[in-house]
Amino acid sequence: MTALPPVEALERMMLERMMLIRAYEETLVDLHGRGRAAGTCTAIGQEASAVGVVAALTPDDLILTNHRSAGHLLARGADPGRMLAEVQGKSGGYCGGKSGSLHISARELGVVLTSTIVGGELALATGVGLSRSMQGGPGIVVCFFGDGAACEGRFHESLNLAAVWNLPILYVCENNQWQAFVHRKETMTADGVADHAAAYGIDSAVVDGNDPLAVFEAAAAAVAAIRRTGKPFLLEAMTYRLRGHFEPDDQSYVDPGELARWRERDPVILLRGRLERDGLLDASAAARMEEQVRAQMEAAAAFAEASPYPAPEELTRDVYA
Amino acid sequence: MTQMTVNDAISAALAEEMRRDPSVLIFGEGVATKRRDLLGEFGPARVRNTPLAEGIIAGTAAGAAATGLRPVIDLLFAPFLCYAMDEIVNSAGKLRYISGGQFKFPMVVLAMTGAGWGVGAQHNHNIESWFVHSPGLKVAMPSTPADFKGLLKAAIRDDNPVLIFADIALGYSAGEVPDDIDAIPLGQAALRRTGDDVTLVSYAKTVGTCLAAADRLAEAGISADVLDLRSLKPLDEDAILRSVAKTGRLVVVHEASRLCGVGAEVAALVAEKAFASLRAPVLRLTGPDAPAPASFPLEQAFVPHADAVVAAVQSLVHGALAA
Ligand SMILES: Cc1ncc(C[n+]2csc(CCOP(=O)(O)OP(=O)(O)O)c2C)c(N)n1
Ligand SMILES: [Mg+2]
Repeated sequence: MTALPPVEALERMMLERMMLIRAYEETLVDLHGRGRAAGTCTAIGQEASAVGVVAALTPDDLILTNHRSAGHLLARGADPGRMLAEVQGKSGGYCGGKSGSLHISARELGVVLTSTIVGGELALATGVGLSRSMQGGPGIVVCFFGDGAACEGRFHESLNLAAVWNLPILYVCENNQWQAFVHRKETMTADGVADHAAAYGIDSAVVDGNDPLAVFEAAAAAVAAIRRTGKPFLLEAMTYRLRGHFEPDDQSYVDPGELARWRERDPVILLRGRLERDGLLDASAAARMEEQVRAQMEAAAAFAEASPYPAPEELTRDVYA
Repeated sequence: MTQMTVNDAISAALAEEMRRDPSVLIFGEGVATKRRDLLGEFGPARVRNTPLAEGIIAGTAAGAAATGLRPVIDLLFAPFLCYAMDEIVNSAGKLRYISGGQFKFPMVVLAMTGAGWGVGAQHNHNIESWFVHSPGLKVAMPSTPADFKGLLKAAIRDDNPVLIFADIALGYSAGEVPDDIDAIPLGQAALRRTGDDVTLVSYAKTVGTCLAAADRLAEAGISADVLDLRSLKPLDEDAILRSVAKTGRLVVVHEASRLCGVGAEVAALVAEKAFASLRAPVLRLTGPDAPAPASFPLEQAFVPHADAVVAAVQSLVHGALAA
């Protein structure tokens, strides 16, 4: 087992990553607003669940994610320049510009088979888990999906098969209360999806998805259980999508009271405030962090801007192996 | 040479490829129950029964293929592929391209279809052209036990998703299979009979229909090339064009319905690239735009028969459509 970093260092690292994710998403919103990037799904407000789960993984673990993936990729160490280039359809992007924002995979980081078909990642995760279990290597599989994806039949098919075949998969539902333009309350009778796990004989936990340390601890416990037993686990992170579904989105359909309540629980502000209050981060260090992240994003935007568009021959390349 | 059925040829190909490559495995609803020999030789990790859930079967195959395994999945009957469409088309067919070539999907999907067993429209639907129309996928529909064996071996070794459709009526039909048969490359048609007056292009069960028609046409002094496409994508365009350049007449025969079927593609190909060789209009004999009925006489009426092929060719050579 790798030694865990002391909690303070971990929390500072998590804050830094969360700030980077926030800055990345804000850069994208800005680029979109100026007509420099196509519409995109941002994960503003969900940074803690991404960072908390990914912090509990080792480099051997594989991640599957979906349309709202920036947090997962950046938490895993993705280069924001290559991500922006991808979103802008440039050749320097992780997928050479053929993915755009909705299905960025980065195999070199272990982020594989990203799918924007809602539930698609759940159907692929079992196969990745099967490879892992048959090849006997180290590493588990983590599958991020939304509360909306849990309404797809594939969610149930995936959990059932993973349970029957003992596949080492950590299912992470990021329950952000919204499924595009439909509130979660309109689509399910329960407040969450974790209870489904028991029906398949799978262990589960629900965690405050806006508290990165709580997410990290829950994920670390789940990952340890999966490594020990080889069996799947379902973790549900309760969080909120603070921006709209897909830029541009004025959120006029959102109850202002709900939005205001969750804004008070903005995970970046919460963690920064707590670290400052506990004396683990002084105001100047926090400002330096912010400055660093801003500089990183400026460099990223410049890289993406300078990256050329794909050559015309790319149109029909990589259709077949 | 060994005499074997299509079903046995499929099992033989699976066994040989599983022996050759430890990353090959097969799963599906009842696979481990029905292919006991494979289960006995390769064990329950590589020969698996699954829940009745075609979507997750196909998704699991795609995920496994992208991360180092070579899965073969048996989805039973072609209409059930509707449940697995997303995983086959959107995941296995597209994620290589979407990711800029980061992944490949060496997987094989097996399914049965075709008239003759009275199973009706939810077990019998020749949907091969849906997949021909989807980028990233390959499609084969062989007609002989030897081709099933050779093409399945090639499909398992291919780094792309390959769908192999087996006509139900062919499953128990036997034929000679060379003992040392190896992989038959996808994308090569087989000329089953040679002639000068007309080209009959077909695949799967209706290849036999075309051969029967060609026998009768020969008695009437008309000789036919019978071209078995075997693989629908890649399509052996050269073989089609070569034959039509020689005969100047083309009839395409298949059981799938006409509109946007494989026959439409073959006809368009010839119109684009061999128009000058044509001595008569191109004809298609296909199933109708109707669900396949269960009732035996209706099911027979659904399928193109040798009589109709003979009549079509006669009309091109001597009749109303003759030049
Ligand atoms: C099969 C499918 N149906 C619908 C969509 C359109 N769509 C994209 S994201 C989304 C909402 C998904 O909600 P959820 O799973 O909760 O994830 P979130 O967007 O909240 O992160 C919808 C409906 C899609 N991409 N795929
Ligand atoms: Mg949601």
